[in-house]
Amino acid sequence: MTVKQISIFLENKPGQLASICRALAKENVNIATLSLADSADFGIVRMIVDDHVKGCEVLGRAGFAVIQTDVVMVTVPDRPGGMAEIMERLDAAEVDIEYSYAYALGQGDKAVLVFKFDDNAKAEAALA
Amino acid sequence: MNPISKPDFMPVEELRKMQLAKLQELIPYEYERVPLFRRRCDEKGVKPRDLVTLADLAKFPFMKKTDLRDEYPLGLTAAPMSEINRFHCSSGTTGKPICIPQTADDVAIWTEGVARCMAMYGITKDDVVQVSYGYGLFTGGLGAHYGAERLGCAVLPTGAGNTEKQIMLMKDLGVTVICCTPSYFLHLATVAEKLGVDFRRDTKLKHGVFGAEPWTDEIRERIEGMSGIQAHDIYGLTEIAGPGVAGNCPHCHGLHVWEDHFYPEIIDPDTLEVLPDGEEGELVFTTLDRRGTPMVRYRTRDLSRLQTGQCPCGRTMRVMDRVHARSDDMLIIHGVNVFPSQIEASLMKVPEVAPHYMIELSSTDTMDRFEIKVEVTAETMSDSMSAMEAVRKRVAASIKEIVGLSPKIMLVAPGSLPRSEGKIKRVIDNRRK
Repeated sequence: MTVKQISIFLENKPGQLASICRALAKENVNIATLSLADSADFGIVRMIVDDHVKGCEVLGRAGFAVIQTDVVMVTVPDRPGGMAEIMERLDAAEVDIEYSYAYALGQGDKAVLVFKFDDNAKAEAALA
Repeated sequence: MNPISKPDFMPVEELRKMQLAKLQELIPYEYERVPLFRRRCDEKGVKPRDLVTLADLAKFPFMKKTDLRDEYPLGLTAAPMSEINRFHCSSGTTGKPICIPQTADDVAIWTEGVARCMAMYGITKDDVVQVSYGYGLFTGGLGAHYGAERLGCAVLPTGAGNTEKQIMLMKDLGVTVICCTPSYFLHLATVAEKLGVDFRRDTKLKHGVFGAEPWTDEIRERIEGMSGIQAHDIYGLTEIAGPGVAGNCPHCHGLHVWEDHFYPEIIDPDTLEVLPDGEEGELVFTTLDRRGTPMVRYRTRDLSRLQTGQCPCGRTMRVMDRVHARSDDMLIIHGVNVFPSQIEASLMKVPEVAPHYMIELSSTDTMDRFEIKVEVTAETMSDSMSAMEAVRKRVAASIKEIVGLSPKIMLVAPGSLPRSEGKIKRVIDNRRK
């Protein structure tokens, strides 16, 4: 399933992530999961929220650089070899993973991961 | 053509004759009334009567900003207080301000200079002019205000600041011309974008009259591209008048100097010799008509060139190059001479980079640290770390190519660098002197 992720620029100084979360909380936007990518000097916060349109708007107004990106939610069986099978299918379809992180809300015996592929549609077809 | 533009087209011989006649009045006037000037002339062994041709001006001493500071408040004032009509002061970044008292005629000539610039840009009495320069001791606000009124425009004196309200008034009153610093316009554009205001769609803005700080052609192109307006350069300095000493001509890349009032020379800043037209050096002005605080051979520290040849618009007033640097703005980094304008030009070559940046220099035990902070925008923002690192590398490569140095490029949050309502400061030099 393709969903919208919001990505926010994070300057390397204290309190940045807190103010992002506070701005979202004030407008009742719930964060389902997030991941941080960082270099020595700056970072990118990627998150899935319950209302990405509102999330973007709230953060844009608060002065953050924020963009939306399509990512794919992939359900993985929670057992040894579950992840390997998924990866093999993606390899076979020649899809590259740009990044991935776990979705916080697991579903029983399944884990959910968020992926950004070089070609999301192709990846979804391979996993269908 | 507006009748105010008539002197712009004066035949050259007539202009030179007029300049000489005005100098032959000014020099004795200054010699009689300003002790510093008299002392310097005497030291050089030059007398007012030695001014026989225009070239003889080179025999007379220079004035500098330090003279204005040393003689603060009224040491260089030539007219009695009963003749003074207006004061302008420039704070200067260090210590004492400079003070320039002007007579009513001085203000009128300065006003004429601004009006002639605006007329040359194509501004007419039908225009609605918003003056967003600071009003007060700074010459920007009142200079633009008087000039636009002189042309018969409808003037909206917003002054600087309260940017959201400025945008509302601009829309509601059908403003067609804005006068401000180029950096303030960039700020205005950012706020407008946030408010969902598109200059092309939502306003009638056609012209920007920008001055009071050095800016590059690259920033001019940015401004024109983002807003659809014509960005005009108005040049001037408080010591000589204020804005309106020269203005850029739509027909050439330079600025016509109103040399019937402000006589320009270009000198070699090291040897102090006058350079022929066509060569770059330090711009020097003599105020031919001013009587409140006349300036003879005032060294502006601005680097420029007087172009040779005739402008296709037919104006006979000589054309100077856009001032992209002040001689005292030059930075020496790792032994390389760098002008901030070169850094600006190379930054703007990377299209997605915001026009908001800051150059920071500091020193460690062994060497200089050279950092450039650049704000992230919706265009530079990406969910991919490597894409953002690529922007950083493109900026670094562009600077390396033009300046020959490799600063550290820091991406910072939008709106985090200081904005200015007056002259912006884009260089912080914390190196040990």
